[in-house]
Amino acid sequence: MIRILLLLIFVLALAVPFFNRAAPSLFGFPFFYWYQLLVVPLGSALIYIVYRVEDRQPRKEAE
Amino acid sequence: MQNATASIVFFALVAAVLVLGFAASRWQAGGNLGHIEEWGLGGRRFGTWVSWFLIGGDAYTAYTFIAIPALMFGAGAVGFFAMPYTVLIYPILYVVFPRLWRVAKIRGYITGPEFVRGRYGNRWLALAIGLTGIVATMPYIALQLVGMQTVIGALGLPGHLPLIAAFAVLAAFTWTAGLRAPAMISIVKDLLIYLTVIAAVIVIPAELGGFSAIFAKVPAQKLLLAAPPPGSGGAYTGYATLALGSAMALFLYPHTMTGILSAAGPRVIKRNAVLLPAYSLLLGLLATMGFMAIAAGVKAMPQFAGGFAKYGASFAVPALLLNAFPAWFVGVAFGAIAIGALVPAAIMAIASANIFTRDIWTQFVHAPSQQGETLVAKLFAIVTVVGALAFILAIPATYAVQLQLLGGMWIIQTFPAIVLSVFTRFFNGWALLAGWVAGIASATWLAAANHFTGSIWAFHVLGFTLPSYIAFATVLLNIVVAVVLSPAFHAIADDRARDETTALDYL
Repeated sequence: MIRILLLLIFVLALAVPFFNRAAPSLFGFPFFYWYQLLVVPLGSALIYIVYRVEDRQPRKEAE
Repeated sequence: MQNATASIVFFALVAAVLVLGFAASRWQAGGNLGHIEEWGLGGRRFGTWVSWFLIGGDAYTAYTFIAIPALMFGAGAVGFFAMPYTVLIYPILYVVFPRLWRVAKIRGYITGPEFVRGRYGNRWLALAIGLTGIVATMPYIALQLVGMQTVIGALGLPGHLPLIAAFAVLAAFTWTAGLRAPAMISIVKDLLIYLTVIAAVIVIPAELGGFSAIFAKVPAQKLLLAAPPPGSGGAYTGYATLALGSAMALFLYPHTMTGILSAAGPRVIKRNAVLLPAYSLLLGLLATMGFMAIAAGVKAMPQFAGGFAKYGASFAVPALLLNAFPAWFVGVAFGAIAIGALVPAAIMAIASANIFTRDIWTQFVHAPSQQGETLVAKLFAIVTVVGALAFILAIPATYAVQLQLLGGMWIIQTFPAIVLSVFTRFFNGWALLAGWVAGIASATWLAAANHFTGSIWAFHVLGFTLPSYIAFATVLLNIVVAVVLSPAFHAIADDRARDETTALDYL
């Protein structure tokens, strides 16, 4: 059940009390902003992992 | 005319793209455009890259590119909900839509409501789902026009003529080329948008002294969400449910569904769940332009006073671009926004037309031949475009904004019937219809209580205050009603034998 990684995306993106803060800032962006921008490629990477793992599994008979 | 250079570049770009739209009817000429699967779904042949441009250009509309920075400019941090929103759409896309694509391909469905009808053998449920889609899409098309109107206005061009001309041509190439036209245009449109945003986030912060200087000029109450008072979820639950509810709703819209179903296969959809977040990153950077507009102080500049008076916070991005860039580049940027309005507007018209043809006309009026079917769809697409244009010229844009707000709360009510049905046949068709009624009614009621301006409602649960996006709370009610009623309705009139799909169709 590699798809559990997809749930992690929901946790990362919806942890509002965790990321609603200004420090530490990065390249001038307060934490609130750079964290949420960072979750975008992170989410994409997690989906990519799920895709690679599932794509390698043998095809179901129906296909 | 002070914006002559910008206007010339703008019109050259828009004209070039419209020519491209007509050229699209010759592209991939293998298919027969007289067939609705070719006209309305591009023959389900788009590969990974064309789908990437098409779905990206379709989901991230000109309205989004104007409205999100405007929300940041006007309301601050809450506008950044666009980030979790456009992150969460992708795990949903990955899990749900490859299955839906398969069953749609095998059974020949070109719309979401058609799948629902096949699954439940209930054309009334499908009608409710289809009408929801069309009604939710109309104000969305109208808002694309508003986006276009804003940049045409910012160029200092008077009157409605440019807008009417652009949409006449849009209607014409939609007629001849169908979905291939926006697919082809979206490639140019997206490249222009990427160019504009990347230039803006490099050039403008440099002019303003860097991002730290920009964020330093944002008032403290706009920089972060307000901490919730004791006993309340405050801005936190509002923000999270806004993101989650919007994400659940996005791919239920007819235009996004059409974009996905036109892909060449499940793997194309899965790869795009990985690749499409690039647009989210772009949107995030674009959102910060709302803060750049605050830092640049465009609102206080006399040359923009008229624009802000007319278009409100939506004028923030156009004003910022006019202020920061030479005229020729303003033309490029505005052209990108205007073309960014044409692509989704075309897909919305086509998607509504597919639903009208397959789920209303064919089912309730007359079952036409293959050619006749495509003709009905084309005619309805033209009606849609003309209707949206008339709508936006006749009534103030604020109504379109309010209707689009309602549209989001309505379209999410199709979530149980479409998304949950991809995984289970637990539900009864009539129970889903009852859930839909409960969801639509409660959402409309709460939105009206908010005077159609706010989308958040403070619910009181067991002594806690939980502000929630109305769409999210009411779709939960919808699901509860459908779950509770389904076993009872099955006991009275079991409709599970009416499922024309089989388990293998989904794998």
